[in-house]
Formats: sequence, C-alpha cells, structure tokens
Amino acid sequence: MKTDISKLLQKKRKQILETWMTIQLSDESLRDNLMSNEDLQEQSNELLDELLGTLNDKNIKDSGSADFDRVREVLSGISISRARQGYTPRDTGFYVFSLKDALLQTLQQEIKDDPEFLFQTSVYLNKLMDAFGITTFETFIQGREDVILRQTSEIAEISTPVIRVWDGILALPIIGTLDSARTQVVMENLLQEIVESGSTIAILDISGVPAVDSLVAQHLIKTVSATKLMGAECIISGIRPEIAQTVVHLGIDLSHVVTKATMASALRYAFNVMRLEIKKIQKEKADN
Amino acid sequence: MDRIPILRMGKFLLVTIQIDLYDRLATNLETDLVQMVNKTGAKGVLIDISALSIVDSFMGRILGNIGSMSKIMDAETVVVGMQPAVAITLIELGLELKGVHTALNVERGMDLLMHKIDLTDETVQDEDSTE
Amino acid sequence: MKIVLNKDTMKIEKEQDVVPFRNRVKEYAVKIGMSLVNQTKLITAASELVRNMLKYANGGVVLIEVISQGRDNGIRLTFQDKGPGIGDIALAMKDGYSSGKSLGIGLPGAKRLVNEFDIKSIVGEGTTVTIIKWKNG
Repeated sequence: MKTDISKLLQKKRKQILETWMTIQLSDESLRDNLMSNEDLQEQSNELLDELLGTLNDKNIKDSGSADFDRVREVLSGISISRARQGYTPRDTGFYVFSLKDALLQTLQQEIKDDPEFLFQTSVYLNKLMDAFGITTFETFIQGREDVILRQTSEIAEISTPVIRVWDGILALPIIGTLDSARTQVVMENLLQEIVESGSTIAILDISGVPAVDSLVAQHLIKTVSATKLMGAECIISGIRPEIAQTVVHLGIDLSHVVTKATMASALRYAFNVMRLEIKKIQKEKADN
Repeated sequence: MDRIPILRMGKFLLVTIQIDLYDRLATNLETDLVQMVNKTGAKGVLIDISALSIVDSFMGRILGNIGSMSKIMDAETVVVGMQPAVAITLIELGLELKGVHTALNVERGMDLLMHKIDLTDETVQDEDSTE
Repeated sequence: MKIVLNKDTMKIEKEQDVVPFRNRVKEYAVKIGMSLVNQTKLITAASELVRNMLKYANGGVVLIEVISQGRDNGIRLTFQDKGPGIGDIALAMKDGYSSGKSLGIGLPGAKRLVNEFDIKSIVGEGTTVTIIKWKNG
C-alpha cells in the first residue's frame, strides 16, 4: 500500500469537516430553525470522529464490519432524533451524502498523482457511505414509525373516555371505527372503570360509529358479555336507523343485548333498573 | 392445603378462593360445596374469585357445575369479583358461565342473593294466599 | 425473523406442576412488560394446553422462550408430548368437540387467545403445539 488511507484522512480531518459544513450550510434547504449551526457542527464533528477513528485499510472494503457498530449507533441516534424533530428524509439524506462529497473531495485533492489508487479508494468509500446512507434511512423511518405508533396509542387512549354520568352508571361514547385493537382498549377501560367506580350499569353509545358490520357487532357483543361476567349490565345506545337496517340484513342477533335508540332512553332505562325517579320540581318553590 | 374453606353465613355459603387452584382442589371444592348445600339447606352460594388471576375452561366448568348443581338443590350461585382481564379472556375463550349469577363484589353479591331468595319466598307466599 | 432472547424448559408430569408452570410463564411475560390482559390470555391458553397434555399424554415438556421480531417482543411456548397424537386436527380444532369429557373449547379457545398457533401431531408418536403471544398483540 502506497498511502495509508485512514492516516491521510485523519490528518485532513479538519479540512473534511470544514468542507462538509460548507456543503451543508450552502444547501438552501438547511433547516437552521430546527438546529443551530453550532449544534450541527458538534453533531457532524462527533460522527466524523467516530468514522475516522475506526476506518482502516481493511474495514474500508467491508461496510458490514462490526468495527463500524459505533458509527452506525451514532448515525442511528442522529437519524432518529432528526425524524422526531421533523426533518424531511431529504434533509437527513443530504446530511450523510454531503459527508461523502466532502470525503471524496479531500481524497481528490490529496491523491492527485495516483489515479488508480484514487479510483479504488473512491469506490470503497462510496460503497461504505452508501451503506451508512441506507442505515440512516432505515432508522429515520423507524423513528417516524415510533412517532406514529405513539400517536396511535394516544388516539386510542383519548378516543375512549369513560364518563360517570350518575352514581353507579357509566357511559362510553365510541367515536370512529371499532376494530379489534380498539375494542380491546374500550373493553379494558370500561371494565377497569366498572371495578373502580363500583358501577352496575354501563351505556355504550355507538352513535359515532360510522358502520356496524358483523365484526363490529361481534366486538360489541363481546364487550357486553364481559361486562355481564363482571356482574354489571351493559346497554348499547345510539342505534341509528341505518345501523338497525344493516344489523338485521346481516342477520346479527342482538336480541339478548339491551339496545336503545338514544343515550337519553338508555339513561332512563338505567334509572328504572336502579329504581331511581326523576321529578320536575314545583315552580312556585323555585320562585320563592 | 388441599381444601378450600367454606363459610356458613345464615342462609348462605361463602367461599373465598385466595390461591390459584390446581385441578384436585377445584374438584374437591365442587364436591364439598354440593354436600354443604345439602347439609345446611343453604339458599345461596357466594364464590369470591377476586384473587384468581386466571380462570381457564376447567375452572370455568367447575364454576358452572357448582351453579347448576346448586340450582337443582334449590340454591342460587353468585360468582363475585371477577378481574377485568379474566372476564375479557373468558369471553375470548368462549366461556360465558351460564347458570351462575355474577356481581361486582361480595356486598353486591349478597344483595343479589337476598333479592333472589326474597322473590322466591314471595312467590311461595302468593301461592299460599291464593289457595 | 424471530430471534430467541431467552430459553427455559419445564417438565409437566402431574397436575401440581400446572400452577408453578403458569407462574413461570407469568414471570417471563411480566419481565418483557406484557399488559395484564395479554398476560392473562397467554397464561389461560398455556393452562388449556398443558391440561390437554396431562389428560391425553400424561404430561410432557414445555419450552418457554422470549422472542423478538422487529420492534415487538413476545413469548413463545412449545408444548411437546409423546402421547397418542391427534388423528383429525381439523376436528380437534372445532369448537365444542371433545374426545374426553370437557367443554371442548381447549384447543380452539387457546388459539383465539394467542397471536400465532401451530399444531403438529403424528398418531402414535405425539403432539407438538406452539403458541406465540406478542407483547402488544
């Protein structure tokens, strides 16, 4: 070997960083609102340090080498945090590929007299950086997916509130499509709340459910049965005419479930079961 | 320990299952309970399963059996305190515990039993008065 | 691809082994942070299968594994016995069918409680049932 690549790059480390920063800063899509230039410089510095610290004549040919685990770790960290901060894939991709440009530019300047070696090294370096680019994208997407997953569970959480409408009566308005994952959350919340509040009646209002097919009906029946096992009663309210039609057309048997058209009539039924009565107070009394 | 204690409270029998049952213990409970119903002439059986972390089909069958057997000996059975996770699992498993009543806790279970027994007593009285 | 993170085996020979076995499965499920409902489903399914194993094959061996696939962790249980085997698996998987005196919901019920269910059986040699429950499944 004529020139030691890693030594050469180490020596030119400062220059590479400068070139890299220049390329990054000159890009017009640079998101300086998301990260200050100092932070960017620090981040870039750390990555470059790791890369040049591990790179040698052998592992430059092997992008899968375990030597680069630490580099990949740093890269993944950067990528995931960028995904969360709202960087576009283009920004993140540009970040890694501009490092490649910087490295190649430096090589070009340093190895002017040996085109063959320059070519060989460039090819290796290219491959290596491409592999890092792929890692970056993988983790970038993973970071985004994490965000989506978190949001999904948050939506599931907040979209199934259990309301104590009366002492001993719970109401649970369901809004949106009811799939098995959601039913699970609904059931868990409802049953937990039944235990905590000691309620004997739960009203499941489905007026916000766009469509009821046999699967949704099955989920509803399951919830009703589970409530019964716990020793409470479950009423389904908010049966719109369209829902009644589809239920009957699909041949779904809801006969052993108490169903009511509106939340109000479900509440009235609940009062009845609990032997409660609602009266209008005499007007004169209020006037005095 | 190979027997679950059965407590007698007036017209009722009270069983609190505090440990996860293996099969022998469960079948013993079934036999013991039915015998106790017969011996004491109990009108109601209350089984507290709030400490059970799982109920599988075997245990579910035992509970169902106790319910049906007590029923033909003229006693009502109430299972109380089922954990939410257990209820969800039982439904998914396909067990609905037909033949037993359920209640949220011991207190509600007692109320339910009183109510059931009152009703049967009343009907007897009604029949008497019409004769 | 499923990676095995942890492995454990338990011999099931008598009905007294069932409760310790369930506790062991629970320990692993708790360790990976499985929700209470999923834990209960897994343990109930395990209980059904282990009971089948005792009833029809006088016991067997259960392999408990903590596995990971992508971002998800889970528990895999493999029930192996050297019992008579099951002739007609499709029939055994049907709700309400039982060759013994039971409710006949053991196998199909267990299947409904887990995410993945696999059964292999050779008549005269034995049965292997594998179930997987994912942490968030």
